Amino acid sequence: MNWIDIGAVADIPLRGARIAKTPVGCIALFRTGLDEVFAASDSCPHKGGPLSEGIVHGQKVTCPLHNWVFDLNTGEAQGADDGKIDTYPICIKEGRILIDADSIRNRSAA
Amino acid sequence: MTQKLVIIGAGMASGRVIEHLVEQAPEAYDITLFNAESRGNYNRIMLSPVLSGDKTYEEIVTHSTDWYAQNAVTCRFGEHVTAIDRDRKVVRGENGEVAYDKLIIATGSAPFIIPVAGKDLPGVVTYRDLDDTNAMIKASAEGGKAVVIGGGLLGLEAAAGLKERGMDVTVLHLMGHLMERQLDPAAGYLLRKDLEARGIEVKTQASTKAILGQTKAEAVLLESGEILDADLVVMAVGIRPETRLATDAALDVARGVEVNAQMLTSDPDIYAVGECVEFDGHLFGLVAPLYDQAKIVAKGLMDAPDVFQVKELATKLKVTGCDLFSAGDFAEAEGREDIIFRDPARGIYKRLVIEDDRLVGAVMYGDTTDGNWFFGLIKDGTDIEEMRETLIFGPAYQGGASVDPLSAVAALPLDAEICGCNGICKGTITDAISGGATDLAAIKTQTKASASCGTCTGLVEQLLQASLGDAYATPVAQPVCGCTELSHEDLRRLIKSQELKSQPAVWQELGWSTPNGCPTCRPAVNFYLLADWPLEYQDDPQSRFVNERKHANIQKDGTYSVVPRMWGGITNPLELRAIADAADKYNVPTVKVTGGQRIDLLGVKGEDLPAIWADLNSAGLVSGHAYSKGLRTVKTCVGTDHCRFGTQDSTGLGIKLEQILWGSWTPHKVKLGVSGCPRNCAEATCKDLGIICVDSGFQVSVAGAAGMEVKETERLVDVETEQEAIDITMAFVQLYRENAKYLDRAFKWVAKVGLDWVRERVVDDLDERRRLIDAFELSQSIYRKDPWAEHAQNSKTRAQYAPIANLNLEAAE
Ligand code: SRM
Ligand SMILES: Cc1cc2nc3c(=O)[nH]c(=O)nc-3n(C[C@H](O)[C@H](O)[C@H](O)COP(=O)(O)OP(=O)(O)OC[C@H]3O[C@@H](n4cnc5c(N)ncnc54)[C@H](O)[C@@H]3O)c2cc1C
Ligand code: SF4
Ligand code: FES
Repeated sequence: MNWIDIGAVADIPLRGARIAKTPVGCIALFRTGLDEVFAASDSCPHKGGPLSEGIVHGQKVTCPLHNWVFDLNTGEAQGADDGKIDTYPICIKEGRILIDADSIRNRSAA
Repeated sequence: MTQKLVIIGAGMASGRVIEHLVEQAPEAYDITLFNAESRGNYNRIMLSPVLSGDKTYEEIVTHSTDWYAQNAVTCRFGEHVTAIDRDRKVVRGENGEVAYDKLIIATGSAPFIIPVAGKDLPGVVTYRDLDDTNAMIKASAEGGKAVVIGGGLLGLEAAAGLKERGMDVTVLHLMGHLMERQLDPAAGYLLRKDLEARGIEVKTQASTKAILGQTKAEAVLLESGEILDADLVVMAVGIRPETRLATDAALDVARGVEVNAQMLTSDPDIYAVGECVEFDGHLFGLVAPLYDQAKIVAKGLMDAPDVFQVKELATKLKVTGCDLFSAGDFAEAEGREDIIFRDPARGIYKRLVIEDDRLVGAVMYGDTTDGNWFFGLIKDGTDIEEMRETLIFGPAYQGGASVDPLSAVAALPLDAEICGCNGICKGTITDAISGGATDLAAIKTQTKASASCGTCTGLVEQLLQASLGDAYATPVAQPVCGCTELSHEDLRRLIKSQELKSQPAVWQELGWSTPNGCPTCRPAVNFYLLADWPLEYQDDPQSRFVNERKHANIQKDGTYSVVPRMWGGITNPLELRAIADAADKYNVPTVKVTGGQRIDLLGVKGEDLPAIWADLNSAGLVSGHAYSKGLRTVKTCVGTDHCRFGTQDSTGLGIKLEQILWGSWTPHKVKLGVSGCPRNCAEATCKDLGIICVDSGFQVSVAGAAGMEVKETERLVDVETEQEAIDITMAFVQLYRENAKYLDRAFKWVAKVGLDWVRERVVDDLDERRRLIDAFELSQSIYRKDPWAEHAQNSKTRAQYAPIANLNLEAAE
């Protein structure tokens, strides 16, 4: 793993999200009510809605355009909808968010 | 042969090592004990009862002077060790050297001091030892104000103690809820409520910027700009292992002094024990694991090496009346399942986290009697599959009690208002029920409850059911969503009558089944709270749909539309030029005249929003709220200024109304129209509220629609003066804000409560009209602001529109 620092947990609003620009497109960083952080593709597989603008509830996010719901652990769409978003390993050290650069690079090579 | 053992630090961990040694191998070592504090080992965790006055220092001493003498421990108290010389195997104290065969580092940890201006002023204290405790007791003797920075275990115990000693105490906490490491938000809410009930003020998400004062601490400045007076400032934001000696002696040190499972450092003659160590990536801040470590050190010293293991920990808070318990890992995760039990009546919350049929975490508040039983299940990894259904009720309840769905209503005090129209309290209704009323009709005639607008019907029926049991079957009302059984109407009434002023208060007191709601209920609850408690509740952007959070309408390609306000549809060349310039500068692909008499810039990039707003602001343009459940537009016609038929200044009145109403949040969007004569060029009769000007005055009508349904307005009243027309409008909008269900347009709400009910309040009852207007103005004192300017000018909010990072360069390397 090749961890790189992308910012502080506190830079993301509680139960909100921010995006990071990467070679594989925008990655959304979600912060839950319990202060966990998840990284996943920002783009909804339905019609490309920006997931970082959705409402974060529990460990899920609801797409702002047509309300698909995704589990942030697995990236799987919930309920009747069928689809999956890429998720990325992340670790938090002393309030900073580190993302695995290799996982991003591998994804872009693939 | 007796060996020389030197111990640095006479704290709780080394004290336990010495006890093991003198009991089991009294002849093995000749012990010298250094301590920076001028005393020996005392029960540090009992400093809080000393602070609050429940205990004296003498009562918490673990090892007295006599005890050390009897066990032939050479004490060098009040003396700092300044260095360890590993080559010569000596320890250097301030008063001279001592040689060792074996050495124990037990220096504990030091309070973390946040690096802000003023941190060294007199009057700023930490909370670690008896001297700190005495300093606080002394400061509190003069009363005054204390600010405690840090809402964790130590900070809250300090706060409770200082309050007990008569100070005015405010706790500042950086995170969203208290004790976030040990508690989830629901338990954090209950803890906060208990602390507030004893007069301690709590501010969460409060970041300290500086401590102010010339010769001593006088106040604390927050990042938000708020200043809190303080005679005493307690910093309790965390601890860091005291590792300086070990680092200087070139032992392996990470965050703490690194040890192996025998508690040996990288030097085989030096042990480390207690909060100063790091083992396998773990640091320690509670005594239970330290006692295990002490046993391992003692065994090592007696040549019977053993292995230290990290175990699950449980936490309690030593503040009387705040019963909390937390153990294990309670984060949500894939494959984990929550069992939540809330009893609003008794202020109880319990949450169990289960993974693979094992209990992995438990958080409880209010009733912690079963804490140790759950802790045992966690530690032993017991298979709980068989007990799953009844687990949450604890060991005594394996028979299976069911959660009472009516507990929220049962929990209401007798003086809680149920029927807002007629001012009927719960007690009046339960009296009627005990007096023989067995159905809704009887309650209506006897008490008048639910006889007016009818929105409290659900609550009255639940009271009937709670009192009469199965004898009364409640017709099921449509619940808000899957998180609750309450309908919107019941939810609104309970928020008012129970004075619930925060989201966690709603989740807990109304027995929500999810930790923090869902995308359906959270926006509704956010609106109800801000409409009912404009001063106390703070709007939560994260509980809003993207449009209202970003103050722009999201488009299907993820860009946004920007619609500035044109008051009453009037504009001028300066504004038009600013709009044209902005369209050029930000490459706006489409500029459209809307159906609401203003101009829409469609296709603006999210990142550009604050900049385009700032440009528009400088020409005097503000947000048009084209995205909000709030006031949209007031459509007007040219009126007396130009039109040969105009009877009153319809344009002027429209502008006035828009300036009064803009910025307000409403259950759904609100649109107005003002036409200068019955020809009605402003289409006023299909709006939420429309005014037709006539020779004799103003015809005010309400409850129109021209969207998915088309409906003509209904006449509310004719008035003579413009001021009356304005007053009626404000009162109507406020009544709608106070009573309607979230996402009901005004016409739907009026259809439910009846136009007569509205007229009674807005037209006939002048006192009620006045109250509504005042309540609206109070709310507008907060919300009548341009959100664009606020977001564009505040560097922190502005930053939220930009990416947190750009990895295109780094990751591509
Ligand atoms: C821009 C505009 C169309 C135009 O180009 O003229 C418009 C655009 C939208 N309308 Fe509208 N409505 C616009 C005037 C109207 C009107 C006419 C009027 O206000 O005089 C109506 C009928 C009158 C009424 O509201 O009763 C209207 C009835 C609706 C409805 C149906 C509401 C209903 O209760 O039935 C929706 C859907 C909703 O709100 O849930 C809607 C929703 C929308 C949304 C916000 C859809 C959405 O959620 O994204 C559209 C946003 C487009 C965008 O990105 O900007 N729009 N919409 C008009 C903006 C007016 C303004 O200056 O603010
Ligand atoms: C107010 C308070 C309440 C607490 N409540 C609880 C609780 O409810 N439950 C719980 O489990 N834990 C609680 N704790 C934590 C618990 O007290 C600590 O985990 C425990 O005391 C750590 O023991 P220790 O021996 O590692 O360090 P300490 O007890 O801190 O002892 C270290 C000693 O080393 C001395 N020292 C440091 N450097 C030198 C040097 N260079 N030379 C000489 N001496 C030195 C220090 O002066 C200190 O006396 C509480 C702590 C505080 C402060
Ligand atoms: S009519 Fe429909 S498509 Fe057109 S702007 Fe309104 S909501 Fe959008
Ligand atoms: S684009 Fe996400 S739900 Fe349609």
